[in-house]
Amino acid sequence: MSLFDVAFYVLAFITVGSAIVVVSSRNIIYSAFALLFTFFGVAGLYVLLNADFIAVTQVLIYVGGILVLIIFGVMLTTKVFDVPVKTETLHVGPAIVVTGAIMGTLFGVILKTKWFDILNVQWDGTTKKIGERLMTDFLLPFEVASVVLLVALLGAVIIARRERVKS
Amino acid sequence: MLSEYLPIFILMIFALAFASVMVLSNRILGPKKPNPEKLSTYESGMEPIRTARDRFSVKFYLVAMLFIIFDIEIVFLYPWAVTFDKLGVLGYVEMFLFIFVLLVGYFYIIKKGALKWE
Repeated sequence: MSLFDVAFYVLAFITVGSAIVVVSSRNIIYSAFALLFTFFGVAGLYVLLNADFIAVTQVLIYVGGILVLIIFGVMLTTKVFDVPVKTETLHVGPAIVVTGAIMGTLFGVILKTKWFDILNVQWDGTTKKIGERLMTDFLLPFEVASVVLLVALLGAVIIARRERVKS
Repeated sequence: MLSEYLPIFILMIFALAFASVMVLSNRILGPKKPNPEKLSTYESGMEPIRTARDRFSVKFYLVAMLFIIFDIEIVFLYPWAVTFDKLGVLGYVEMFLFIFVLLVGYFYIIKKGALKWE
């Protein structure tokens, strides 16, 4: 087993293990914190796939932003700390059929796909290339992205903030 | 390729080891003579009046949402900053335009008082 394999299995273990904690924990705040390790593990897997820019984005946005939003969302709900969220098993039969079908499909896709072997390809960092293309060939989408962000900003302020009624 | 990330790996290992050694050595070596005063949340501060495990104000959520939007802006800044030297003046102008659009939004939330804690 090479160093690459060891790194992959450790990261996969962290990702899957903490993802199991996310869905199986009875306390929703523990789920939210376990999600942190899932996001980090996924970021590490991106690094192994040589997608360094996506890994940085994953850490910046998911770990730094979305997770904070989720934890705030958990803290905004009432009595989240003392009432354990009961995760009961319902409709076991249909669930087995549906998840079994999804798993079968995924396995079929995995086995049939001709995977691109990245281990034998010498790659260099992607961030510089993304930066160059973004500033030249994809300039319009880049500038449109700022307008999209602006719209999201205005939408967040208008929806979430109560306007003070002028007397 | 993987060796480029060795410093980050070492940093993580070191941080993990340092934190656990600090917490564990405190637990093992520290003297334990608890009394009610010591066990209170703020030993020489204010008396806690309510439970801390309460609902948080929804204002936090708006701040977090605004934070994410500027966080995404940073993600766009990062590949630009890496190639800044090659792009020249044009790249500078392009990024200025990008930031300007978001600056409009920034002044909007300042004017609206969305960041005010009222």
